[in-house]
This record gives sequence, C-alpha cells and structure tokens, in this order.
Amino acid sequence: MLTYVGRRLLAAIPTLWGVATAVFIMARLLPGDPARVIAGINASQDQVDHLRRQLGLDQPLPVQYLDFLGGLVRLDLGTSAHFGDPVLAEIGSRLPYTAELALAALAVAVVLGMLGGVVAAQRRNTVVDVVISTVSVLGISMPTYWLGLMLIVLFAIQFRLLPAAGADSPESVVLPAVTLGLLSVGLIARMTRSSLLEVLGQDYVRTARAKGVSPARVVVAHGLRNALVPILTAIGLQLGSLMGGAVVTESVFGWPGVGRLLLDSIFSRDYPMVQGLVLLFAVTYIAVNLLVDLLYVVVDPRVRYA
Amino acid sequence: MPEPLWRRLLRHRSATIGLTLLAVFALAAIVGPLVIRFDPVRQDLERILLPPSLAHPLGTDNYGRDELVVLVYGARLTLGLGVLAVLIGVGVGAPLGAVSGYLGGWVDMLVQRLAEILLAFPSIVLALALVAGLGPGLRNVIIAVGVSSIPGFIRVVRASALQLRELMYVEAARALGVSSGRILLRHVLPNAAAPLIVQATIQMGVAILVAAGLGFFGLGVQPPTPEWGELLGEAHTYIFRDANLATFPGLCILLAVLAFNLTGDGLRDALDPRLG
Repeated sequence: MLTYVGRRLLAAIPTLWGVATAVFIMARLLPGDPARVIAGINASQDQVDHLRRQLGLDQPLPVQYLDFLGGLVRLDLGTSAHFGDPVLAEIGSRLPYTAELALAALAVAVVLGMLGGVVAAQRRNTVVDVVISTVSVLGISMPTYWLGLMLIVLFAIQFRLLPAAGADSPESVVLPAVTLGLLSVGLIARMTRSSLLEVLGQDYVRTARAKGVSPARVVVAHGLRNALVPILTAIGLQLGSLMGGAVVTESVFGWPGVGRLLLDSIFSRDYPMVQGLVLLFAVTYIAVNLLVDLLYVVVDPRVRYA
Repeated sequence: MPEPLWRRLLRHRSATIGLTLLAVFALAAIVGPLVIRFDPVRQDLERILLPPSLAHPLGTDNYGRDELVVLVYGARLTLGLGVLAVLIGVGVGAPLGAVSGYLGGWVDMLVQRLAEILLAFPSIVLALALVAGLGPGLRNVIIAVGVSSIPGFIRVVRASALQLRELMYVEAARALGVSSGRILLRHVLPNAAAPLIVQATIQMGVAILVAAGLGFFGLGVQPPTPEWGELLGEAHTYIFRDANLATFPGLCILLAVLAFNLTGDGLRDALDPRLG
C-alpha cells in the first residue's frame, strides 16, 4: 500500500511539471507587452520599464521559465499585480470560501443522489427510474450559470427567502451550494442504483435476508457498503466538474472564493494571479483524483495494489 | 441483414427527442437568418424590456429587440461556435489518438502525457485560461473551447486504434508492405468512426456549455451581437428589473445541450450492436 502511494505520488510529478509548463506558456500567449497591459495605458514609459524589471519580464524566456519553476518549488507564485500581495497569500484568504461551497455542494449531491439511487433500486422499473434518468441527463446538460440565475429569481426575488448574492450570512451558502450540487445528483443516483442492484443480487445478500436481517440493514450494511466503489468513482469524477462549476457558481452568486477571484483576475489582467489560480485548480484536480484512488482501498479491502 | 442505423435511432426514445430538438435548432440556425430581417445593432429605446405579448411572443430585451428574433438569430452563432470548436477537437485529437494507439512506443507515451496534462484542467478553467491569454472574442473562444476538447478525442480514438492494431486485416495490410500512414488513413481512422461520432455528439453539448459560459462572462462575442451566452450575461445585469429576460436564452442553451446528449446516448446504443 505504501509503495503504491509512493509510486502514484512519483508518477504525478511529470504531470505536475507539464501542467506548470502549460500554464507558463498560456500566460505568455498574450499578444503585446504584459508590463504595459498591467501598468495601464496611462503609465509612463519609466513605470512600464520598472514594472517589467520587477516582474522579470526583461529576462530571456528560458530564464523566466527557470525562475518560474524555481518559485514554484519554493511555493512562491509571485506578486499579484492587482492586490500587490503575494499571490499565495491572496489565494489562501479566499480558499476557505471555496472549500465551504464545494463541501456543501458535495453534501447536497451525495445525500440526494444516494438517497434517490437507493429508492430507485427498491422501486425498480417504476416512475422513479424515469425521474432519475431525466434528472441525470438534465444535470449534465444544465448551464450552471442559468440554473443559478433561475434560483436567484425564484428564491431571492420572488419569495425573498434567501440572499441573492454575497457571503454575509450563514444562509448565503444555500443557493450556490444547491446550484452546484444539483448538477451531480442525477449521475450519483444512477450509479448508486445500478451498483446497488448488482450487489443485492448476490448470494450473501440472499443469505442475510434468509437469516432474518431487517430489510433496511440489508440495504445499508450489506448492500451499500459493497456497492460503494463504483459510487465513489462517480463522485470522484464529479469533483472535476464541481471545481469547474465552482468558478461559474461563485461568479453568479458573488461568492468570494477562488473561482470568482479567477474571473476577476482575468478582467483586471492580473496575470500572476491567473497563473497561480489555474495552477491551483490543476494541482487540486490531480490531488483529488489520487485521493479517490486511494480511498478505494479503505472502502473495499478486496482492492489490493501490487 | 442488420437494421439500418436510422431505424434503430428512431426506435430509441431519447434519440428521437434529441433528434427532433436538433432539427428545430438546425432549422432556426440555417433558415432563421434568411427569413427574418434583423439588424442586431438597431435599438428601439421605446420598447425596452416589454413583457410577452402577441406582437412579441417572448417580450423584448434591453435594447428593445424582439426576444424571439434575437434568439433565433443567436442559434446560428451559438451552435456554430460549438461545431467549429468540436471540429478543432476532432481535427487535432483524432489523428493524435490514432497515431498514438497504432504506433505505440515513445509516440504513445508523449501523446498520453499531453492528454493527461490537458485533462488536469477542468474544461471551463482551461478555456478561461486560454481566453485570458488570447484575449476575448469569437475566434479565441472557438480556439479555447476546441483545445479543451482535444484530450477526449485523443482518448476515444486511441482506444479504438489499440484494438484495431491487433486485427487480422490490419496485420495483413502491414504484411503486404502498406505504409503506416496509409493504414492509419484507410483502416484505423474509418473503423474508429463510430465511437468518434458518439464522442463528437456529446462533446458538442460540452462545447456549447463552455462557449456560452465564456459569452455569459463577457469574454466571448461582444454585445450587441446576440449569442445565447452573451444574451444571458446581459440579462444577468437586468435581473432585478426583468427576471423574464434571463429565462429564454438559458432555456435555449439547456435544450440544445440536452438535444446533443440525448442524440449521443441514442447513437451510442444504435452504433453498438452488442447492446442490441
């Protein structure tokens, strides 16, 4: 197990290096002079030159690249052109908001999804099945930004139940979390249903029923526990779209997390910040996938890694 | 003799719904701009944000334009964005996947690493990063969304190529001295077409979602040119004055993406005889 973890971590290093290189290249696709863009049209040539030296943009590209990689190793993502603070510090102050939103959304998705899946497995070939496949195809087809707007119209403008934007009160997280979570409910429900049905057909489940275990216990202890691996995979696959969705959702609801920071930074042309954030998203995505793989072993001891 | 593809598709319930929706949108995109005379720049300040009526079935927008006309006109832009982006994805991803799977070795290794790196970004984040670098606008949105769809196509075609490489007739072609390039073009790519078509159909949905998302944030087509995402983004700023305005552009995006997903599901079932 430990060697497996070690090997997976080592294998992630070339990917991380590639991702960092891709981010470096993307930030330099920009036509024109980034120093001029960051300084603004009204800045004097001296100011622009100063900024260029400060950002290291007067160095040849290979030197810039090595500086960039060296900075990454020391966890130095540079200085935000907009805030004037280190990029990492600004990201750190926004990250808790995104974590809160993502966890709340995940909770919505997992609870509703698994509940729906269990019910569907019990009432096979009924209207529940149709509802679940409809919800799941709607979930992957839904423009997150529109769902968010419609929930704002309904719950903030019409019924005035919840705040439309911001993070000023505890209930502010409800609408963004529901927006983000609803997208994954259908897929998780579908996977729960099919995985559970397969397990419930096994001999040991029949044995459990025969020896008088209560139906609820059969489903939860014997069924769900053994059906978890494919469900976890579905949830893991959802985490990627959850992260992408967070960027969109945070912007629609004015939620002060890293997703909104990314869009704000694109508009304020804060390239060090954009670079740092894009890197953060990719690294988190890689880490989450690794974590899901490792969780399999915890959930299902039959999974062994050589 | 197996049943023809179109008949299998028409028996598939979700494919029928998907294809019907697609036909409606395609009609709007192709015929709409020919029959409706519409100048997106013309404003009518006396008819701003009118509620739905007989004259304007969906009301009017923040420029005083008829919402229905604007949406029909926008269909061409939004769907066109999706088609062009997917063409980029197929054009780059399919050959890379075919070469990678068929040749194997260091080429495969290299292409796989490339796909892995691109897959490490959620597609909207990758598209945002590319548009941040390239700058906003129609052409750059197409490039950004196209590039973010490449890894999916690499994966699908590579998987087919891996299987095809071992087949007898490909081996026979190799034994006859046919060049790798010719084998790829004549045997591998055509036989990888079925999964490629399914992937392209489903990817159309993703491309529309991402492209309209960029439009929503003001990074795509600039107003007043009516692209669905851009329309929704403008409606966002009017949401407290006229909640109605946000309803229809979003509904169009949802239905178009839904249509591609349903059709893709149907195609997958119809093209895979083992499931039948």
